[in-house]
Amino acid sequence: MRVAIIRFPGTNCEFDTQYAFDRIGAKTAIVWHKEQELPRDIDLVVLPGGFSYGDYLRSGAIARFSPIMQAVSQFAKKGGYVLGICNGFQILLESHLLPGAMKRNENLHFISKFQYIKVVNNSNKFLSQLHRGEVLNIPIAHAEGNYFVEPKKLQKMYDNEQVILQYCDQNGEYDNPNGSVDAIAGICNENKNVFGLMPHPERACQKILGSEDGITMIKGFFY
Amino acid sequence: MKAVVNIYLKEGVLDPQGKAVKHALGSLGFKDVEDVRVGKQIVLKLNASDKEEARKEIEQMCEKLLANTVIEDYDIEIVQ
Repeated sequence: MRVAIIRFPGTNCEFDTQYAFDRIGAKTAIVWHKEQELPRDIDLVVLPGGFSYGDYLRSGAIARFSPIMQAVSQFAKKGGYVLGICNGFQILLESHLLPGAMKRNENLHFISKFQYIKVVNNSNKFLSQLHRGEVLNIPIAHAEGNYFVEPKKLQKMYDNEQVILQYCDQNGEYDNPNGSVDAIAGICNENKNVFGLMPHPERACQKILGSEDGITMIKGFFY
Repeated sequence: MKAVVNIYLKEGVLDPQGKAVKHALGSLGFKDVEDVRVGKQIVLKLNASDKEEARKEIEQMCEKLLANTVIEDYDIEIVQ
């Protein structure tokens, strides 16, 4: 599997992400945002976490207009797999490749901690190797992760199994660290080839880091 | 030409900052505050002469970049 990891000014999770994908045997390349094209024969594009453009205006609002994002958008529209983690998720929302928007966390704090999340839907490539209801322990680290989408659109997303991850407690019961609608932690687009999640699977890819659940997640792209 | 763009969360979208400010005002003794909405203001200087054309252009700026219309509304004020 060949993975392109996009780096914007202010991105800071590109090497962690690369490390995680290297661990599962992927061939990875970090691609600077000024590139006009993606490398050839890419299977997956990852927009990693960080603070692209210093989060000015709104998180992800300016990165969206980087030259590489045109190529990413075309890649996605042709059915290519795209994964946005944290700030990457915010960029995908601002790019309208995913529905909804992010607001400041309900408690206005930057939240950085391990958080349990559960699989809501696995009818997609990313989570295909996990069971519905499976609980994972993955770090979150964000100030704007309060996911919002209007109720009508949300219903459509449920109907189409686009709500893929929810925050929860250790037992899979309701928990909501940031005020997101229905405690949503991750979603995908209608065609189920573009994914976004606030938790950082790349930070949970080795026992010594406290959890290996992140590896279990990203492995899905291999199958 | 100078233009002022005000951007704020849509009615019905819970505003966490507004809520916190309202709470703080309440604890300072300002009991009459019913609601607070926190937004942002963007001031633009434009090299333009036609007000209506400028307004149209700023509308495009808002739709494309300045506001996220999924959650935000905006209003535009042209001040000479």
